Amino acid sequence: MSKLFSRDSWAEIIEALSSNWFRTLLTAFGVLWGIFILVILLAAGNGLENGVKQGFAGMATNSMFMWSQTASKPYKGLPKGRRYNFKISDVDAIKETVPNLRYVSPRNQLGGFRGANNVVRGLKTGAYNVYGDYPEIIQQQPMNIVSGRFLNYSDIENKRKVAIIGESVRTGLYEPGEEAIGSYIKINGVNFLVIGTYTKKANGGGDAEEAQKEIFVPFTSFSQAFNMGENVGWMAVTAQDGSSITSLKEQVFDVIKSRHSIDPTDDRAVGHFDLYEEFSKINGLFIALNAVAYFVGILVLLSGIIGISNIMLIVVKERTREIGVRRALGATPWAIRSQILLESIFLTIISGMAGIVLASGLLALVNKIMEGMDTSEMMFLNPSVNIGVVFIALIILIVSGLLAGLIPAQNAIKIKPVDALRTE
Amino acid sequence: MIEIKDLNKSYHMGSNSLHVLKGIDFSVKEGEMVSIMGSSGSGKSTFLNILGMLDEADSGSYTLDGKPIKNLNEKVAAKYRNQFLGFIFQSFNLINYKSALDNVAMPLYYQGVKRAERMEKALHYLEKVGLAQWATHLPNELSGGQKQRVAIARALASDPKVLLADEPTGALDTQTSYEVMELIQNINDEGKTILLVTHEDDIAHMTKRIVNLKDGLIIDDSNVTQVRASVAKNKHLQSKQTSNV
Repeated sequence: MSKLFSRDSWAEIIEALSSNWFRTLLTAFGVLWGIFILVILLAAGNGLENGVKQGFAGMATNSMFMWSQTASKPYKGLPKGRRYNFKISDVDAIKETVPNLRYVSPRNQLGGFRGANNVVRGLKTGAYNVYGDYPEIIQQQPMNIVSGRFLNYSDIENKRKVAIIGESVRTGLYEPGEEAIGSYIKINGVNFLVIGTYTKKANGGGDAEEAQKEIFVPFTSFSQAFNMGENVGWMAVTAQDGSSITSLKEQVFDVIKSRHSIDPTDDRAVGHFDLYEEFSKINGLFIALNAVAYFVGILVLLSGIIGISNIMLIVVKERTREIGVRRALGATPWAIRSQILLESIFLTIISGMAGIVLASGLLALVNKIMEGMDTSEMMFLNPSVNIGVVFIALIILIVSGLLAGLIPAQNAIKIKPVDALRTE
Repeated sequence: MIEIKDLNKSYHMGSNSLHVLKGIDFSVKEGEMVSIMGSSGSGKSTFLNILGMLDEADSGSYTLDGKPIKNLNEKVAAKYRNQFLGFIFQSFNLINYKSALDNVAMPLYYQGVKRAERMEKALHYLEKVGLAQWATHLPNELSGGQKQRVAIARALASDPKVLLADEPTGALDTQTSYEVMELIQNINDEGKTILLVTHEDDIAHMTKRIVNLKDGLIIDDSNVTQVRASVAKNKHLQSKQTSNV
């Protein structure tokens, strides 16, 4: 080990490598290129992943949305095709029965796709989605409050008739520059006080303008104002970090089914959309992409390493006589072997480092160029590799340098001094 | 210093076996200067290689400075070579990308001597062979005689018990040969044991004892009166001058 850090052995290595600059450079280029490709591929994969995942940004991906459908099997004397509704008491029942849930938010809805005009302000009218929600919903479906505030629990408890409107609602119902907060809008004939406005990104490539045509009011006031009674239209359920909603959702369904006299084997009674499952699919895609990047990168790197191994073999051959002389002067086999190995590792690491630096330079350049662009609609964002990947690349380099040197080093110590000195 | 009894060595090439050394008894005392002569194929190089632990004998015993040289592993052999032996080759065998000084320092490097001390010692030996001002030059910037003197300095650097020289003057002209032999004689005068393989009669007579090898056997082993190389050199110079006139 002491040899590794002694100035002398490094001086020897530098001397040996610099005795044929051109060849050393050409050899180094193979590894440089390999690591360059590896880093660029990983960074590109990363950029693509960042780009696609920015659609999910801030969203509680460990969530599912569920709504009631019709029972598809007869059960306990009740016919099939029966309609039922989630009740507000279901929420507490789910919270109590199913562990590891973070949020269970009930929600009611007015309007919908191509709904009729349902909101009036003065002379202006518009068709918007109106949701009765709990304050938690902002954790599950993130939005950006631009002015005012979002719902809170006092709104829920006091059944306040307040509303948070999207940016598109604002432009539809108000004059440009007109203050929205403090004004009233009439939803299905009931007045609500506007207390906040929001903007929101489209989720998963959807229409951002459509996503901002929404109005949020407190769940309780919604139920009262629009005669929902105890009914709940749908629920957003989020699991705690560390347990996946996909594994918990069956338990949630079982609670609903037992409370509404639905056959436990009836899979169609509860409709749901599992965001986590979708997210996992995308995740899986990127894991595969990463694997491909590693595979290709390492193969390219391998050809570079074979190049180094090849050159080291030639170097050993060329230096047969020198190695013989060194042996005659008292070099142990280990001294010879470690010198060849160190030369090979040194060459690999130096050229690998150069490759990493070059790739990082290119990435910095790309990022610099992309900085000025609007990336929100691009499927590509911030291509980069983290320090962990660089570390892995470095380990790959050291190991491969060792491997590249192994055969040549073994060849070198197989040379008997007497044979080495005999070759003229 | 060197004790050899009934040394045998044969080479196998395919189905042919070549018996090179056929039972050699040989001993050298400290401070001796011995030349080993013989025509090519007489086994003299093989003999020297075995003496130098570069090759191993098939049978027989070899004792160097009281230590039996038998079945050594490479690590120990390397250590012994470094401590006991200094090599001088016909083709110098300097490392061509290292300066003269670094070449001389090499055995010390393998001894584990610290850099500063190593360089100091190496410079001392370069001075001894009269090449101190050439210390930073690469071998290809030196003449043949200078190269051989660097090689001699290198052989001396580890302060070995025995110097082994394989045709040290084989690649040099007469004038330079005599200069190199003068240096080797001086080293011997200081008490170093020297073994020298040559096929040139005049060189052999500059040693104190000549051993003649033929077909793997010693056929003659006799002390001779040493011809001083300095004298031979002057004679050679004069004869050159007269022939020029």
